Amino acid sequence: MVEFYLQLNPVVQGVLKGLAVILVIFPIGGACSMAERKVSAWIQGRPGPNRAIVPWVAWIPLVGTFLQRLGLFHVMADGGKMLFKEDALPGHVNKFYFVLAPIVAMIPALTTVTAVPFGAYLDSAGMVVPLVLANVDIGLLAVFAVSSLGVYSLILAGWASNSKYPFLGGVRASAQLISYELSMTLSVIPVFLWVNAPGMEPTMGLGRVVEFQSQPGFWGGAWFLFIMPVSAFIFLTSLFAETNRQPFDMPESEADLVGGFHTEYGAFKWGLFFVAEYAHMLIGSGVFTLLFLGGWNPLPWIPLATFVGWLSSILPIAGHPIFVGVLSITIFLTKVLAMIFFFMWVRWTLPRFRYDQVMEIGWKKLLPLAIANLLAYAVGIALLQS
Amino acid sequence: MGSLLFNVLALSTLIAAAGVVVNKNAVNASMCLLLSLVGVSGLFVALESYLLAFLLLLVYAGAIAALFLFIVMLLDTKGDARPTLHRLPLVARVLAVGLVGLGLVSFAVRGQLASSDLAKVPAVGASLKLYAYQLFTTYLLPVQILGFLLLIAMLGVIVLSKRFEGLEDIK
Repeated sequence: MVEFYLQLNPVVQGVLKGLAVILVIFPIGGACSMAERKVSAWIQGRPGPNRAIVPWVAWIPLVGTFLQRLGLFHVMADGGKMLFKEDALPGHVNKFYFVLAPIVAMIPALTTVTAVPFGAYLDSAGMVVPLVLANVDIGLLAVFAVSSLGVYSLILAGWASNSKYPFLGGVRASAQLISYELSMTLSVIPVFLWVNAPGMEPTMGLGRVVEFQSQPGFWGGAWFLFIMPVSAFIFLTSLFAETNRQPFDMPESEADLVGGFHTEYGAFKWGLFFVAEYAHMLIGSGVFTLLFLGGWNPLPWIPLATFVGWLSSILPIAGHPIFVGVLSITIFLTKVLAMIFFFMWVRWTLPRFRYDQVMEIGWKKLLPLAIANLLAYAVGIALLQS
Repeated sequence: MGSLLFNVLALSTLIAAAGVVVNKNAVNASMCLLLSLVGVSGLFVALESYLLAFLLLLVYAGAIAALFLFIVMLLDTKGDARPTLHRLPLVARVLAVGLVGLGLVSFAVRGQLASSDLAKVPAVGASLKLYAYQLFTTYLLPVQILGFLLLIAMLGVIVLSKRFEGLEDIK
């Protein structure tokens, strides 16, 4: 089967790999919507969704009730509703851009994944090789560039809806996303200054960042979260703003804008916005995990290679490349899902900022902090490496 | 296949660029501008200078065109109050035709590159290191001057847009 795959046209191989990744992202997006409702219920002391059930499953004595209480079938019910509901097109909208906006929302969300490595395997020489769709040396820059196009979906949705609340949402979205992009980009520069030590082939690839966090020794094995806590904080805050998550969900802001940019949307088109938001969160959490949480290394100061070494001393099969690949992807996905839980935790804990507060935090607090942080690390790294 | 991709991208970039000029609706024009920028960045990808491609996307397509759209939406221009062309002074017309003619002539005369040697040299934007090195050595002065120009432009915008009545704004 591996031989059959390798003899295919490279374009076909690429399409297959891309489809495989998308087929993972979509269900996780759906599962996240379920998790969001469950997490919010736990935090607010409610049972949460616990009614929907498929008849045949309900007949199984204990397991059926357990699955029902878990609320797993609400995902299917929600998905089915989204697909089969009438997809109404309001009469007062600009039809072309109204339909285009949700599609534009999906494109950057699914394109950015090409430059994000999501696992690693050990090659025959025992070197860790990252698993990534496109291993380009500008890695993170590509992620930032393509994800910055996501703002158009919000602007277009707000404008094409031709009504006041969506319009305000679209205007807020464009101002907010552009403002926080600055701090976000500035906050990751220290990481790459540190990673691109003199004498090495320079790269913006995320694989190298993880490689750097899996070196031996105290400083080598430390995750960048410990070495650069301020950068991590700025990046995380900007990530919340870029993905329109509370406390920064100004474009949506149910309390004052009804539904913000997607007020006029329903059914499948609304679902696309929804999945795009979770896909953005997934990619964002993935990038954060790679940059600051050690990527696919199981614990700080314990790199993947060491961990696999321990495992294979117990289980001989653990050294197999496929096993290592699956293990690294599992570790990475666990961290990403933990990050998504953190996103939800924050959403149901912090109240929403007011819009002027959002702008003030972005321009007057976060941006100066990011510049000061960059300068401090630039000087420090120059002194350390000279 | 590479040259086919290049030609298709070049054609769509040109069509989108023409759309920016022709469209009466300002939102359509901005979207055409976005398409054209994406097309140009696709051209850079086809030329294997990925850095320039993604910088173009990040700065122009991701931020500046979005700001254009933002302004257009804020002002809510309908595009019907367009000044008619025949009021242009004769000097401006002659100047415009002259400039376009000069551009075409210079393109015809000097636009051809000797394809043998130059094509083999990697573009400056091909790798990060090469690009950064050039930026901080050969092109240091132009970068500084451009930065200074942008600073002056920013100050000009602040002076022009801010009303200093009663001097309450500048405490």
